[in-house]
Amino acid sequence: MTAMASAYDTPSADDSFAPMRFLGTVIRRDVLLAARRRGDWLTSQFFFVMVVSMFPLGIGPEPEILRMIGPGVVWVAALLASLLSLPRLFAEDFRDGSLEQMLLSPEPTVLVTLGKALAHWCIYGIPLLIITPVLGIQFSLPAEAIGVLVLSLLIGTPILSLLGSVGAALTLGLRGGGVLLTLLILPLYVPALIFGAGAVDGALSGVGYSAHLSLLAAFLVLTLMVAPWVAAAALRVSLE
Amino acid sequence: MSIAWFKYSSPMTFYGLAGHLAPWFGWGAAILAVIGLYIGFFVAPTDFQQGEAYRVIFIHVPAAWMSMFIYLVMAFWSAVGLAWNTRLSFMMARALAPTGALFAFLSLWTGAFWGKPMWGAWWVWDARLTSALILFFLYVGIMALWAAIDDRRRGDRAGALLILVGAINVPIIYFSVKWWNTLHQGASISLTKAPSMASIMLTGMLIMAFAAWFYSIAVALVRVRGIILERERQTEWVKVLLEQRS
Repeated sequence: MTAMASAYDTPSADDSFAPMRFLGTVIRRDVLLAARRRGDWLTSQFFFVMVVSMFPLGIGPEPEILRMIGPGVVWVAALLASLLSLPRLFAEDFRDGSLEQMLLSPEPTVLVTLGKALAHWCIYGIPLLIITPVLGIQFSLPAEAIGVLVLSLLIGTPILSLLGSVGAALTLGLRGGGVLLTLLILPLYVPALIFGAGAVDGALSGVGYSAHLSLLAAFLVLTLMVAPWVAAAALRVSLE
Repeated sequence: MSIAWFKYSSPMTFYGLAGHLAPWFGWGAAILAVIGLYIGFFVAPTDFQQGEAYRVIFIHVPAAWMSMFIYLVMAFWSAVGLAWNTRLSFMMARALAPTGALFAFLSLWTGAFWGKPMWGAWWVWDARLTSALILFFLYVGIMALWAAIDDRRRGDRAGALLILVGAINVPIIYFSVKWWNTLHQGASISLTKAPSMASIMLTGMLIMAFAAWFYSIAVALVRVRGIILERERQTEWVKVLLEQRS
């Protein structure tokens, strides 16, 4: 909370960097809170690793089959891991009332939702990128394909955090919010999944991956333009 | 804008209007369905490639069209409701969703019946099939969100936002699935290269499409009347109305 206060200590109207500083404060606060409570975010990382590791056990250890399904499995597990961690995005701040205080601040609500989505990506997305190469080796993917997989997750996981923030804002404080969030958001994740896993498939089959990654990046830009505003509107609806 | 336009945006006046219109559309749907099904089963000739199984298009194509069109209408009412804060718009969106989900499910179900004799499979991961499935999931998600929120105002608005996000996403989903399908080359069946249809078949299908359209309007009007009564039950006009009934 002390980090929050610093944004208010300098109320200069002509300061054009104030929104950026506010955004930075929101991100820093959430990352700091996550760093102090490691169990919470480590759960979704271990969930990611375990889900991916179950597939060879269920399907069989043949390297050819694993190589074929590997990209899709890693991507689907990334979707599920994001959904697992998303219900907490606004819930804790909602419970202790600090979310309402943030909405009362003079800065636009969009910065709160954007900042929280970006913080979610830092907490959930970046560790995922570090773990992924190891899982790629488990699925006997060649080095180039692992590189493309990490690259596709680098572009794709922010989409998951941004779209997920919309779902988290819509389902804030509802009974069974976690499962509901899955129902709402999973269909919207489909383009990210297809372009992301498709890029790795393209690299494996030699078709090339740049088209998929470009489309994925375009989807990221579109999501970045729309999702924070929708999430802000949803947050206001939920807190009314 | 004329005054009559706004007159019917009030639930009280629209309740009466919907009551007058619903039977017309209901009977229209029934008559059109009888004519359409008669053409479909008795007049239209057997297709020389597909045999008798093609006759499922008289249900399948109208259902698929309606499932997509109803989503657009829901998105329209959601946008109107969020922009002008009109209560009736949200009620319309809620009244339409179950019909849209029904048609989405019907199009998938009948599509499977057509696919089995034609492609030898109940289901293929074709771009259209997959995006129809995801559309069905979207309907389910929206209705689940409404069901989970007890507060009416919050439910209306949250649902409207979700519908609009889905509306932006639907074209992206469609194209992503289409490109995904061409990359994988799993089922090399193209629905777009279907042989041109005999005009009597087209007539039957269009009549059935109008029947589906009339049915949707009739059902949505009946449903919206129920929603209006439920929400306005504390008002004077509903009390008067219910006393007259009993």
